[in-house]
Amino acid sequence: MNVGQFGFSGGAAVGILGGGVAVGTLLLIEGIVCGHDLFVASAKEHPDNILKELPAPLLDDTHRKELEDEAAAKSEDFQDSMKIAWRYQNLPKMETSPTTYTKFGHYYDVSKKMSPELRQSVKCHSFYLHEELSFEPKMKAWSMNSGYARLLQSIQRIISQEGFDGSDPQKKQRNVLRIGIQSLGSVLWGDDVCCSDTPEDPHSLTKFLYVLRGLLRKSLSACIITVPAHLMQVMCDKFYLIDIFYRLNMLLPYTVCQNKAIMERVTNLSDMVVGLESFIGSERETNPLYKDYHGLVHVHQIPRLNSLICDVSDTKDLAFRLKRKLFTIEDDENGF
Amino acid sequence: MFAELNELLGASPESPDAGKFTLLRDTRTDGSFLVHHFLSFYLRAGCKVCFVALLQSFSHYNIVAQKLGVSLAAAKERGQLVFLEGLNGSASDLRALFDFVRVSLTPAGRDSWKGPVLLVDDLSVLLSLGAAPVAVLDFIHYCRASVCYQLKGNVVVLVHSNEDSEDEENELVVNSLRHHSDLILWAEGLATGFCKDVHGQIKIIKRLSLRQAAKQDLVQIYQYKIQDRNVTFFAPGLSAAVL
Repeated sequence: MNVGQFGFSGGAAVGILGGGVAVGTLLLIEGIVCGHDLFVASAKEHPDNILKELPAPLLDDTHRKELEDEAAAKSEDFQDSMKIAWRYQNLPKMETSPTTYTKFGHYYDVSKKMSPELRQSVKCHSFYLHEELSFEPKMKAWSMNSGYARLLQSIQRIISQEGFDGSDPQKKQRNVLRIGIQSLGSVLWGDDVCCSDTPEDPHSLTKFLYVLRGLLRKSLSACIITVPAHLMQVMCDKFYLIDIFYRLNMLLPYTVCQNKAIMERVTNLSDMVVGLESFIGSERETNPLYKDYHGLVHVHQIPRLNSLICDVSDTKDLAFRLKRKLFTIEDDENGF
Repeated sequence: MFAELNELLGASPESPDAGKFTLLRDTRTDGSFLVHHFLSFYLRAGCKVCFVALLQSFSHYNIVAQKLGVSLAAAKERGQLVFLEGLNGSASDLRALFDFVRVSLTPAGRDSWKGPVLLVDDLSVLLSLGAAPVAVLDFIHYCRASVCYQLKGNVVVLVHSNEDSEDEENELVVNSLRHHSDLILWAEGLATGFCKDVHGQIKIIKRLSLRQAAKQDLVQIYQYKIQDRNVTFFAPGLSAAVL
């Protein structure tokens, strides 16, 4: 699967993933391997913990050495952001052949954690809702939920401060900001849109996405958002969330919450929508076609930026498997 | 603009219509190729265009328009195109939005453009921003009264709709607009899923008379394939890949 294409067509894209802990993490790891800045936002657990739990990318030996050397050099003078240019000199562009996959962290080993040196080799900005809310009283900007408003303010600040909007003429190399937002729309963000039939503010989530979309379009950034499993129920039948870091063998069923109208609007405001569907407990589990796989990746919508056509590969059938320590996504030419 | 679509619609940039309300609708697919068509069509026709772009940036439309032989930047420069980029945060108040449209399209003394055109992509976004369906319909009603009737211009609006949609507010807006449109272009993704040679089906519905409900609308169905610089249309089952 050409994950590299995902976030960078036209320099900005928003993806919504249901049960996307696995795929969202893949993009954070890829970001670290590529030397991109990260912005991780969560209302559930501290972003530092999320990052500490990232699995180690599987790289072949030459690339591992390259990255480790570079990470060591970088940690000595982290403030000098011109070192990022070195990385681009030595690594090929992302949108090329599949052999580049091992270089970009597309495969990872869930039994091992990413080394602190590699993790700390990129700038990581974090937003932990509980900390943020305790600093200042509630704010009501953009007429939306204050948690979302704070998050937008924070993202906007980082984009302009770090020059991702092209505002800093000094920065010659163009680095990318990868934003990961966990469990948007859940009650932890102070939003009852996905668990109430009459939400307090049904428009907060979609307003947030709209303003975020505007920010992304004007900067060199990409954003992955995961939403609670029950919001994605509209897309997949019998949807189960796989939390592969903590509960490798346990799968938690979620009850259905009817908020299809919101999900339809969220989909329309996104460039790309992907869902994960586990086979466990479904009739597909015994289907011989799927015997080596653990689930399907549903691509519900793909970006169509700066072009009449969209980049659709010949097949949209993708499956994922958790094989011993390796999480991979394959299409039916290479796999099933 | 897509030559084949002009043929199917009996339209020509040499003689654009007047006073027409066109509804663009998409279901299970992205109908924005129709927006690109009408944008380049009316600019080629020499009309003054006010484009309320709520979902994409100026550069997105500009890049595509250039492939269709039109420069939006140049059109803006010469005052033929007024572009409102919703993502900049300027689309919150519907009343202000209407005033903006009216002021943009009311002819100034020295203007020599043929007929004003309002283009909206896409109306469904206004509901996501908190506008009530009735307010959205009022906005369109005022735009239509002003642009189609007073100024003898045209209005083209895109909305999304899904079958079995649970978004009642959106369905209300779409259903109301359907009944007041002179022309409806409805792009639908194929029920059988993605296909390399046929990207979707388009229904062209010409309302023969808005007042006499008994009169049948003219409905034509075609399939289409989107390419880098063009969209081709063909009768169902007659895609070039099949023949």
